[in-house]
Amino acid sequence: MSEIEIPILTTTVTKMVQWARRSSIWPVTFGLACCAIEMMAMSTSRYDIARFGAEVFRGSPRQSDLMIVAGRLSRKMAPVLRRIYDQMPEPKYVISMGACASVGGVFDNYALVQGVDQIVPVDVFVPGCPPRPESLIYGIVQLQRKIDQQRITEYSSESSRTPKPLIING
Amino acid sequence: MDSQQIIEALRGSVPDGAVEVAPAADGMPAIYIAREHAVAVCTALRDLPSLQFAFAPDITAVDYMPREPRFEVMVHLASLGVGGYGDTPKRLRIKFKVPGTHPHMPTLSGVWKAMNWGEREVYDLFGIHFDGHPDLRRILMPDDWEGHPARKDYPVQIKMTPKVYEPLQLTPEQFAANMQRNLDRARED
Repeated sequence: MSEIEIPILTTTVTKMVQWARRSSIWPVTFGLACCAIEMMAMSTSRYDIARFGAEVFRGSPRQSDLMIVAGRLSRKMAPVLRRIYDQMPEPKYVISMGACASVGGVFDNYALVQGVDQIVPVDVFVPGCPPRPESLIYGIVQLQRKIDQQRITEYSSESSRTPKPLIING
Repeated sequence: MDSQQIIEALRGSVPDGAVEVAPAADGMPAIYIAREHAVAVCTALRDLPSLQFAFAPDITAVDYMPREPRFEVMVHLASLGVGGYGDTPKRLRIKFKVPGTHPHMPTLSGVWKAMNWGEREVYDLFGIHFDGHPDLRRILMPDDWEGHPARKDYPVQIKMTPKVYEPLQLTPEQFAANMQRNLDRARED
């Protein structure tokens, strides 16, 4: 009888959990403006976010890990965005997509929130007007790298978030 | 049909002095209507067989601050010229002068139902009240907004923290009651 190779991989629980979290970041379907078009393009076969396990746009915040704030956020919409964020289960992440979501963009006026980090804790800011799908994919990859550095118990809510958000170059 | 012909067609159906020709740079027929006769004149515009402006696609207002009267509410009308609505297609712009202090005018939502939401928008953005409107609430801005943003004296930028509300939290008892109610409803079906 020959020697049987036992298929065993050794790792740590932390690395296992990090791998599971970063490999299936499901975004919530939440498009606010024209950035949402680029977000949709990102999920199509041409750019294919499925390569990074993030292609499953969920219709319910209860099943989502990531909120991509795609577009300008009006003050009337702000409570709605916050409610959807509150409905998402931990661990949850936020990408602020585009100039309007990040700082208000060209809409420096009374009706729009000047930066969604006033409403929800943002993990990655993706600049652009709108960002190309590649930029957004790069933002998601940056988020994956960020998740890789997180401890298991470290959620992304306000209490324990990494203080400094990542700013990537478009 | 130009503005003068429309006023001629209205003669006899509306009070004297209720309408006058308004200047229009684009050549579109335009008339001023005294706001106290608004409903009478608009009903005549809609119902007179020679006019039949049955379609009111647009309402908006202009703030001419510091001129007085400060506001002009304008409504675009169309007579379709088909389907029993008039013989030829016509267009008309009607305007109402509204003063800056306590701006108000009679509602046109009784004449054209489409004016309901349009007047809500004008109320929301310009603060012009429409007397007799069935449901005069804000339509674009949040319900608790202060001020009327399309006025000339409204600031473009406002520094204030955006409002968010406390997330809805259920007690365990309320949650159990909700689940039980859903179960009961499913059993009844």
